[in-house]
Amino acid sequence: MVFTIGTLVLVSFAVSLMALVVLIWAISRSDLQLDQHDADTIFEAEARPAGFDDPSERTEDTRSPIGIGGEDLHPAASRQAVLFMLGMATLWLVIGSVFGLMASFKLHMPDWLNDWAPLTFGRVRTMHLNLVAYGWATAGGVGLALWLIPTIFGTHLRLPRLALLGGVLLNIAVAGGVTAIGSGWTDGLEWLEIPWQFDILFAIGALCLVVPLLATARHRQVHHIYVTGWYYLGAMIWFPVLFVVANIPGLHVGAQQAAVNWWFAHNVLGLWLTPLGVGAAYYLLPRIIGKPIYSYRLSLVGFWALALFYSQVGIHHLIGGPIPTWVVTLSVVQSVMMFIPVIAVAINQHPLWMGNLSAFRASVPLRFVAIGALLYTAASFQGSLEALRSMNSVTHFTHYTVGHAHLGAYGFVSLVLFGGFYYVVPRLLGRVWPMSWLMHAHFWLVTVGFAIYFVSLSIGGWLQGQAMLDPARDFLASMELTIPYLTGRSIGGTLMLLGHFAFAINLVAILAGRGAERMPLAAAPQPGE
Amino acid sequence: MNRALPLILLATTILVFATVFLVILPAGQIRSAAIPEGLEPYDAAETRGRAQYVSLGCVYCHSQQPRAPEQAPDTARGWGRPSTASDYAFDSPHLLGTMRTGPDLLNIGARMPSRAWQLTHLYQPRAIHPTSIMPSYPFLFETKPEAAAGDVLVQLPPEYRPEDGSVVVARPEALDLVAYLVGLDRTYPAATPDLRDNGYAEAREGEAE
Repeated sequence: MVFTIGTLVLVSFAVSLMALVVLIWAISRSDLQLDQHDADTIFEAEARPAGFDDPSERTEDTRSPIGIGGEDLHPAASRQAVLFMLGMATLWLVIGSVFGLMASFKLHMPDWLNDWAPLTFGRVRTMHLNLVAYGWATAGGVGLALWLIPTIFGTHLRLPRLALLGGVLLNIAVAGGVTAIGSGWTDGLEWLEIPWQFDILFAIGALCLVVPLLATARHRQVHHIYVTGWYYLGAMIWFPVLFVVANIPGLHVGAQQAAVNWWFAHNVLGLWLTPLGVGAAYYLLPRIIGKPIYSYRLSLVGFWALALFYSQVGIHHLIGGPIPTWVVTLSVVQSVMMFIPVIAVAINQHPLWMGNLSAFRASVPLRFVAIGALLYTAASFQGSLEALRSMNSVTHFTHYTVGHAHLGAYGFVSLVLFGGFYYVVPRLLGRVWPMSWLMHAHFWLVTVGFAIYFVSLSIGGWLQGQAMLDPARDFLASMELTIPYLTGRSIGGTLMLLGHFAFAINLVAILAGRGAERMPLAAAPQPGE
Repeated sequence: MNRALPLILLATTILVFATVFLVILPAGQIRSAAIPEGLEPYDAAETRGRAQYVSLGCVYCHSQQPRAPEQAPDTARGWGRPSTASDYAFDSPHLLGTMRTGPDLLNIGARMPSRAWQLTHLYQPRAIHPTSIMPSYPFLFETKPEAAAGDVLVQLPPEYRPEDGSVVVARPEALDLVAYLVGLDRTYPAATPDLRDNGYAEAREGEAE
């Protein structure tokens, strides 16, 4: 046993460390041919000068991207696929957060809406998770990728019809899977509840989306793959592998199934939603501000260290559980190693927007993305600390973890997606957002709402965990003391939901043709008019 | 980083590497362990009841994995000895859980073997614990004027009885769920004490030395 624990942890650690050394060596030899100048690729791929760029409120910035050779990077077919994904994602966000808020209220009003099985807490909560993870974040993240990959590669999207078909299949799978969960038909594993029959559809849909994106990467017109592209290409490979392996029915059982469960569930965050979010932030921050990121070479360390360490952190969800010590310890060690890629990304992203606070104040999309990036750093630091055995004993099994999950999936991923939507949709439609006051209202509702949400659950969860560890206190005390904090969470959640409505109304309005259009050049207003 | 293929290959390799360590190696270790002598497969009613437990999402508030005394007072609370991987040999889907909004249930059958108590608690948890935030499950029960032969009556304090004097009886789903709950008993001696995370015990030993 001692041999197994010692050697395996050591081997994994040594290989990870060696790979990191090789990487640094390769960078120092310039084998990977990457220098600060490559950070300007995003400005060169598009025939448009760098400079402050906020199409959400300024009609002059809503021009659709034109490639170096004068090619329209987003012809009608690809535009349709992007808009479909963004529209569906927003629909799932609204429905998903209604369920989320219901689940939140049910935790302090336990007899509310209990007469019908689909509305019981265990189902409502699960429909919420699947809708926001696979409907909102996945469809929204892929929707942004469908826009960003052609834009950073300076060429139009290949196979746009296939991508649209993939999007349709994916969304049917989400709708079907969540309906199944509501009716009580579930695979029963956290993050993997959607019945495997719908998972097949989901996997085919994902594949139909991945193929066009890879084909587009193959036809790229730029000399360098910008960092956003690495994260996206990695994610496009990782997610289908993870999703298929974890969902094969009948393959996994018992405690071993729990290991697969958390290998998947944490990787769906680390190797899917995180790269979608970090990749988008790596493009949107410099593009809106109009200046390249701070230290481009460092982004290489950030990417590869994320791949190495994040892929092995999942078992920290089973600390103190029925899984061999060495596996748990391995995940704890890799969770702490996550500080490396997170700090690398932080150094690259934060000085950029912190040094351009006037842009930060002027642009709502930038504010969403910058705060999202900041909360990525915060969520990751918190996650590394929660994986430490001493802290895990307090926070595991409590609402503290729920707060942490939302810091990552909402504070980071969702805020970045909001910023991305506000930036991309006007450039797709050539119109600014019709009701900019709703966009500002959205920003304040969700940031204030989420602050209340997060602080409530973190304090309540921490006290809950301490009460649970105290043998002198009855278990019931650990539940009773959380009630005021759970109520606080419902208040924060209500504000967030109102924000989502503001967002959705604006999206419907701009899709319906409202909002000021960009003037054709000839008809531009003359000075003095 | 100007080429996509090396990037994709390296990214795939890294994921495979992680899969070997987190999925394949633990699977080999856990599956080679024998099934404990005290552990029986679920019978037909328990299997149906377990499906109810899964379908209603009980796992989102109740764990099934008592922690070791070195880490937490789970055993002192009467939740049972620390569980090991062998205790779950017949569990699919696994129900280890990640939340303790309610208590751990791996040994609820040993702790609370009364079917009557379980039925009352499922019909209205607040009839037993006034501050409980567990959902009530009225749809697992039927209210009718009087009980028929073979009906299992739910015992309720006066304030939770139907006002018109009718009685509450358990539907088959409730009986199955309770059969599963009272069958949850893993108090037999641990078969493979090494097949669990003993990291806290090791840390404690390290301090003692």
